[in-house]
Amino acid sequence: MSKKLVIPIGPQHPALKEPASFDVTLQGEKVENILVKLGYNHRGIEKACESKPYLHDLYLIERVCGICSHSHATCFLQAVEEIAGLNIPMRAKYIRSLIGEMERIHSHLLWLGVAAHEIGFDTLLMYTWRDREIIMDLLALLTGNRVNYAVNVLGGVRKDISEEEKGQILKAMDVLEERTKYYAHVTTEEITIKKRLSKVGYLSPEDAVKMGAVGPTGRASKIKRDIRAEDKYAAYGEVDFKVVSDDNCDVYGRALVRVGELMEAYSIIRQLIKKLPDTPLKVPAPLKIPAGEAISRYEAPRGEDVHYVRANGTDKPERVKLRAPTLANVQAVSTMLKKGYLADVTIVIAAIDPCFSCTDRMIIAVDGKSEMTWKQLREHSINWYKKNRGVDFTKVKLGMKE
Amino acid sequence: MENNHPIVEKIRSAYPQVAESIKVQRENRIWMKIDYADFRKFLEFAASDLKTGIFCMLTGLDDKENFSFIYHMADLNGIMLNIETSVPKTNASIATVTDMFPAAELQERELTDLLGVAIEGLPEGQRYPLPDNWPDGEYPLRKDWDESRLEKNPLKEKAEDCNV
Repeated sequence: MSKKLVIPIGPQHPALKEPASFDVTLQGEKVENILVKLGYNHRGIEKACESKPYLHDLYLIERVCGICSHSHATCFLQAVEEIAGLNIPMRAKYIRSLIGEMERIHSHLLWLGVAAHEIGFDTLLMYTWRDREIIMDLLALLTGNRVNYAVNVLGGVRKDISEEEKGQILKAMDVLEERTKYYAHVTTEEITIKKRLSKVGYLSPEDAVKMGAVGPTGRASKIKRDIRAEDKYAAYGEVDFKVVSDDNCDVYGRALVRVGELMEAYSIIRQLIKKLPDTPLKVPAPLKIPAGEAISRYEAPRGEDVHYVRANGTDKPERVKLRAPTLANVQAVSTMLKKGYLADVTIVIAAIDPCFSCTDRMIIAVDGKSEMTWKQLREHSINWYKKNRGVDFTKVKLGMKE
Repeated sequence: MENNHPIVEKIRSAYPQVAESIKVQRENRIWMKIDYADFRKFLEFAASDLKTGIFCMLTGLDDKENFSFIYHMADLNGIMLNIETSVPKTNASIATVTDMFPAAELQERELTDLLGVAIEGLPEGQRYPLPDNWPDGEYPLRKDWDESRLEKNPLKEKAEDCNV
């Protein structure tokens, strides 16, 4: 009988770029139990939203996540606009969907690279991240920023898409589609990928429902649910697309679903560009939102994003609550890893495309009203290290202005 | 919007006492309130008879004398049923729903950490989402809470004091 061994992975570890801790109990090489600890990225955003006007909240909410910033901002605005009874012009809805799909493309290409890296296939990482630059540059061209595009305003969008930009988008889609075909070929034909990912991180359809898996994680376990099709927010009621699902129920299935969704995203973007209606970009929005409540759903790249807003008739919300897709998916990780091997832990975790900033969202300055200045922050850290580690950093010069 | 949705009809006939509170705000969005005493049974009814058995989100609210909870439930056709219930702050305790919806676990732990609501029947586990050295008795999402309270009741410094 071998002894049980507990291996702590994280909170800071090279496998994921964000903090989360997993205590893996092993019986030999096999995972017997896994304990997930989250909350390292908790920043008090929900509380902060209650003390700021809606206009500021929009930019705060956009910073819930670096990858799916547009998802959160749109989801939040949809709720506020529903309470305020605003009728968003169609062109704005199209542009919101358009940026949303571009976000999905950059997120899925990023994931494909990370997943390839986790299984030691770094060539694919280099390829996908090179191609991801095309979409990042396009987003920067359209909105002025690679992430946190801030394209939404209350009542519409702030930025139009010109004829010249339309052409650039379509050109980029052609290049990306060609590249994605190659990735589809690699993921389905390359024997090492297939062997490495098949039957790893198995999540049965029943468990997927029970644990509340959403997005590509759920769809790879035969759960054909997509909020774009169910709720038809923004311009999704105007375009044809297929909900990509898979019946492999493992990491391989999750990869196939994401590659399939990339192809769908190119098609959605082409339809949106072709049909882009000629309406104003926004309607005037009030600063004070009437009392009421609303719930908004959005299919973010990682799955269903849900925002609840309660307004009290002032310019600040009474309550903002959000649930990011990773919170729904992370609970399924322990089910996926049961009876799996230690070597599979990182790829299985990576396969839900976790985003812990989103999940933990919700610090404002810890020591009272004012934020720390650089000088105070430095003094705090010097004192902390002196007291707790017995190391004196006083003489280290940083060369920064104080 | 009119309240003639089939789900609304079903709720009305099975639970006439909540009929007043039902509102259909827009397509696919049904809101209702129910006494906490009837809540559990209603949730089972919603999951089986109404087919709104997908647990999406649990929102906790600080409502003056009460804590309110909205369980946002969905079905496969895009309908979202939002069931609101509340308990007085003097008895801030609700039963867990993780036996029916294991997916609710982290969100129930959030209620304990951020609002100070006791969740009966929730198995012991890691706290979420506040840090292990967070001071006892500080619930940041309560309306009367602000950061100045941490000056009097600061973050714990010794590992042995922490709730891990």
